[in-house]
Amino acid sequence: MRLKMLNDVDYLISKPKIGAAGKTGLWRQFKPVVDEKACKLCKVCILYCPENVIEIVNDQLKIDYEYCKGCGICSNVCISNAIKMVEESE
Amino acid sequence: MVLLKGNASCQGCPHSIAFKALSYLENPIVLMPAGCSTVIAGLHPNSSLEIPCVHVPFPATPAVSYGLSTGLKKRGIKANVVAWMGDGSVDISYSLLAGSALRNDDIIVIVVDNEAYMNTGVQSSGTTFWKAKTTTSPKGKREERRDVALQMALHRVPYVATASIGYMRDFIKKVKKAGKVEGFRFIHVHCPCPPGWGFESSKTVEIARKAIQCRAWILWEYENKKFRISRISKKAKGDGLKDYLLSQARLRHLSDEDIEEIRRRIEEEWKLLEHLEKL
Amino acid sequence: MGQKKLLTGNHAIAEAVKIAKPDVIAAYPITPQTPIVEKLAEMTENGELDAKFVRVESEYAALSVILGAISAGARGFTATSSQGLLYMYEVCWWVAGSRLPMVMAIATRAIGAPWNIHGDHNDIIVLRDTGWIIGMVENAQEAFDMTLQAFKVSEEVSLPFAVGLDGFQLTHTAEVVEIRDYELPKRKLLPHTIEPSSKFALNAVTSGIPKLKARHEQAKDLEKAKEIIKEVDKEFPVSYGGLVEEYKLEDADYIVVMMGGWCGDAKDAIDLLRKEGIQIGMLRLRFLRPFPTKEIEKLDGNILVVDRSNSDYRGVLGLEVSAVKNGIKNVITGFGGMELDTQDFVKIFKKFVNNEIKDVEWWYGSAER
Repeated sequence: MRLKMLNDVDYLISKPKIGAAGKTGLWRQFKPVVDEKACKLCKVCILYCPENVIEIVNDQLKIDYEYCKGCGICSNVCISNAIKMVEESE
Repeated sequence: MVLLKGNASCQGCPHSIAFKALSYLENPIVLMPAGCSTVIAGLHPNSSLEIPCVHVPFPATPAVSYGLSTGLKKRGIKANVVAWMGDGSVDISYSLLAGSALRNDDIIVIVVDNEAYMNTGVQSSGTTFWKAKTTTSPKGKREERRDVALQMALHRVPYVATASIGYMRDFIKKVKKAGKVEGFRFIHVHCPCPPGWGFESSKTVEIARKAIQCRAWILWEYENKKFRISRISKKAKGDGLKDYLLSQARLRHLSDEDIEEIRRRIEEEWKLLEHLEKL
Repeated sequence: MGQKKLLTGNHAIAEAVKIAKPDVIAAYPITPQTPIVEKLAEMTENGELDAKFVRVESEYAALSVILGAISAGARGFTATSSQGLLYMYEVCWWVAGSRLPMVMAIATRAIGAPWNIHGDHNDIIVLRDTGWIIGMVENAQEAFDMTLQAFKVSEEVSLPFAVGLDGFQLTHTAEVVEIRDYELPKRKLLPHTIEPSSKFALNAVTSGIPKLKARHEQAKDLEKAKEIIKEVDKEFPVSYGGLVEEYKLEDADYIVVMMGGWCGDAKDAIDLLRKEGIQIGMLRLRFLRPFPTKEIEKLDGNILVVDRSNSDYRGVLGLEVSAVKNGIKNVITGFGGMELDTQDFVKIFKKFVNNEIKDVEWWYGSAER
């Protein structure tokens, strides 16, 4: 007779998930808004966005507001002054 | 992407920015001790990291990393095992880190240094900046700060570098380089922390860059037994120290004499690196 | 029959480890364990053993390196004693909590202060709550046998296994040891083995319930280990009786419960008392964890537990046994290498039989207090 080997270690294992800490967009007090005309698609904001919520879709900057925490780094690092931080309305 | 969106990091977190560099490594596995990164990595049953991650006890990171790297090698599996450490690297884990360097363990150590124990509420550490206020140094830190990267280089390991989240392209270049070398590789990354240092979350990168410009943090590399100050630091003029210091709540108490003393210390560090470069 | 060699307890363990073919060995020197890893270093250097031998800077690092290696699916071994075990204690919890198999030899020794490098059991007992399987051997042959079995049992239940042998008494005395013909299966991979393709995080922060479950599962599997220990013992070239060894117990009115190297001398004392017509026997604990609860429950007679470790005024085995049986007597002695010979055990056992032993008695022998 052989006893069953360890097969369930779910309590030790955690699997990748977007939104592991919830919809972090709800934390936002200021919202980054892109000025399409000013944006030169230089990708510096993408390089420095801590949340990885910025991407380029159809030659336009797209921010995932569901998860953007509104830290403002993208606006701060933008060389073209193309991202404004706008206060969220209640 | 290494770090998934919707994770638990604070707004403007420098660690979150630093994580990006790991995506430039082949077959990465990351090991982390207790710290902010533990929380950012996600609470059970979720992980905010797309790459395999092993959580380990606080001092153990370099040794467990090496064990993992050796175990995989024994099984014929290739991996870049990364010990992702914080301030503990220069304190609680210091002997294990030095032991690992001494053996030339085949691992990459990345120290994401926010200059205090932030996860437990901003306590002073061996890397805390001179005179900085923390919750355990409410009148400012009086001890030295430990230059761990330089000490690692003196173990004559194959690759050591300092980096900053303010200059990501430089940091990524260094990580890529480290990924192609075998043996003990060490990168010390300057990580200004908005809540811990007391500045707005939008200014993480700006503060990191100011640190480089005034030489409060100096970028350099050590490879093939040669020191080289990185181009970004060479171009930095060494000015703006007062502005850098006073833009952080933890250093706003500094007197002009304090600032002069810090300036002297920074000059000493700069001269030392210039000497090392000439060797 | 395997080859016979004159081996110290330490070298018997090294010989068994060689047969088990670990992938990674990491160790830091501490007396009286050191000859185990010196021998293994020699074996790896001269090519007898294809393992990576890692010279670390502390016991904390030794067990940490092994924790990494076994996470990657490799087979790992280390050895330590006393202060060294305490120094790696935090990692002991992580290895067991991570549900990973490995074997560690513990040459049992006193813990400071004051300094003492000689034998007792105060070090190994600290593993009791960690989730490790803890065995204690009586002689060099059993040290060899248990070490080999330890790899199998440990890998079967995914829990680490500590093989205890008395410092100096067993580690540094030589006996003829039979090298068994025994082959271990390859280490199996686990659902949480870490490779670059493992798309998960191991040991992330848990809240209450998964933590409770982790400890509960570990405790349940430690219970299951009882059956596996017995099974592996049975299929081994020589059987010791599983969790315990019964010595002249069938008709015993007086029962001595002990563990470790001094059981040999105590058995000689039992033989002498038997000649005087006293019906005395021994239950030798081969395992402290999982604790042989059922075997102790079954005991029918007056019980004396002789301890080489204490917790408050009582002996540790005394406490463990009294959780199962009422009205036991407990003698605490043999600390820091204090030698007890057969005559000492005759004296203790006679006092016990004559009902002259206190409930808990610290025994100094003929020495002045």
